[in-house]
Amino acid sequence: MAKHKIRVTVNGTGSEAEVESRLLLVHFIRDVLRLTGTHIGCDTTHCGACTVLLDGEPVKSCTVLAVQADGREVATVEGLEQNGQLHPIQEGFWEKHGLQCGYCTPGMMMTGYALLKSNAKPSEEEIRKAISGNLCRCTGYVNIVKAVQHAAARSR
Amino acid sequence: MIPASFDYHAPKTLSEAVGLLERYRDEAKVLSGGQSLLPLLKLRLAQVAHVVDIGRVPGLEYIKEEKGFLKIGGRTRESTLERSELIRGKYPILADTTAVIADPLVRNLATVGGNLAHGDPANDHPATMLALGAEVVATGPKGERTIPIDKFFTGLFTTALAPDEILTEIKIPIPPPRSGGAYVKLERKVGDFATAASAAQLTLGKNGQVERVGLALTNAGPKPVKATRAEQYLQGKQPDDEAIAEAARLASQDCDPTADRRGSVEYKREMARVLSARALKKAAQRAGGQ
Repeated sequence: MAKHKIRVTVNGTGSEAEVESRLLLVHFIRDVLRLTGTHIGCDTTHCGACTVLLDGEPVKSCTVLAVQADGREVATVEGLEQNGQLHPIQEGFWEKHGLQCGYCTPGMMMTGYALLKSNAKPSEEEIRKAISGNLCRCTGYVNIVKAVQHAAARSR
Repeated sequence: MIPASFDYHAPKTLSEAVGLLERYRDEAKVLSGGQSLLPLLKLRLAQVAHVVDIGRVPGLEYIKEEKGFLKIGGRTRESTLERSELIRGKYPILADTTAVIADPLVRNLATVGGNLAHGDPANDHPATMLALGAEVVATGPKGERTIPIDKFFTGLFTTALAPDEILTEIKIPIPPPRSGGAYVKLERKVGDFATAASAAQLTLGKNGQVERVGLALTNAGPKPVKATRAEQYLQGKQPDDEAIAEAARLASQDCDPTADRRGSVEYKREMARVLSARALKKAAQRAGGQ
């Protein structure tokens, strides 16, 4: 079949759509659901700007088909803020100036968020390793690492 | 970038998946983690009429020791391998390998079976599996068959798998005591394919001599390279610096890298030598030798 009815839970809300087989998850998120916080960077599985959580694990949504997400849970940057309160990872990027142009930031935050879920007190090396699939061309990563450390301290 | 149109199938059982492959044969491609296939389809370097996603087939993701073998389910994800206590404790060569495949986000989806079945000589598991003397289990319409890893890679992006077969398991003989292995890779940055990489697995005898040895190279030819002459040379010898240096020299002579942005043929050959020596030395140390 070239078209499929899918149901994906995005940031806790169920969404149904009929999609083409070849529709990429990132296009489903941006163009169908209109959640444009998730960015498309390199589009070739390198940069990680499109990072979202699929069943809790960070993946590059430019390299997943929307149909593969059928029946699964997706978390995007829009789901981080709760009741008008920034999530500690968002606060960390704000407080530590973890961004300049901001293009990589949603992906960075999703990876950082996933890291802190599995490792509440990561070392600098663990943070650098975790974000090694997310490219930033502005900051040199120093303040991104500080932002994740800030979030780790705030979450404890 | 958007792939050309295709039909997508999500079989719920292995026999259903094999049935689809039997029906569509060369027009179908198996989607495991999709981290090689989807980029190829997006770049339109490949085009297929049918994508058979085995992501919903149960029972293909496991790591266990059984009947003398370490068995890894074909769809086992790299991140699962990386986190496995069994792998980290007993199979450091596999832990070395999985940690340098692509990046952590890709490893959350990429699978060990896919890394082999893709048949890319730049992938990292092929050399490691050659060094370990692994076997691959292929499941097709007539059931299972076992393919020794040194018969598995038949050419660039080509394997011994028939169009209607799925790589369902990797079997690695459990190494005897006094064994050790290592995978050493040179990459320009995280996520890059190897400029050169070497996988070494050794078993030492009671006098410290090499009893069994596997040595293989990544991205050093049109298919993964098994350094047979180097292996034969080391057999029965003490794995000292001199013997390792000579084995590494033989390995670098027997590879056939191509020049690209990662370096010239000469440079890659030299790196194959240096990395083979390092991998052998680390393997010997882990085997409890010198």
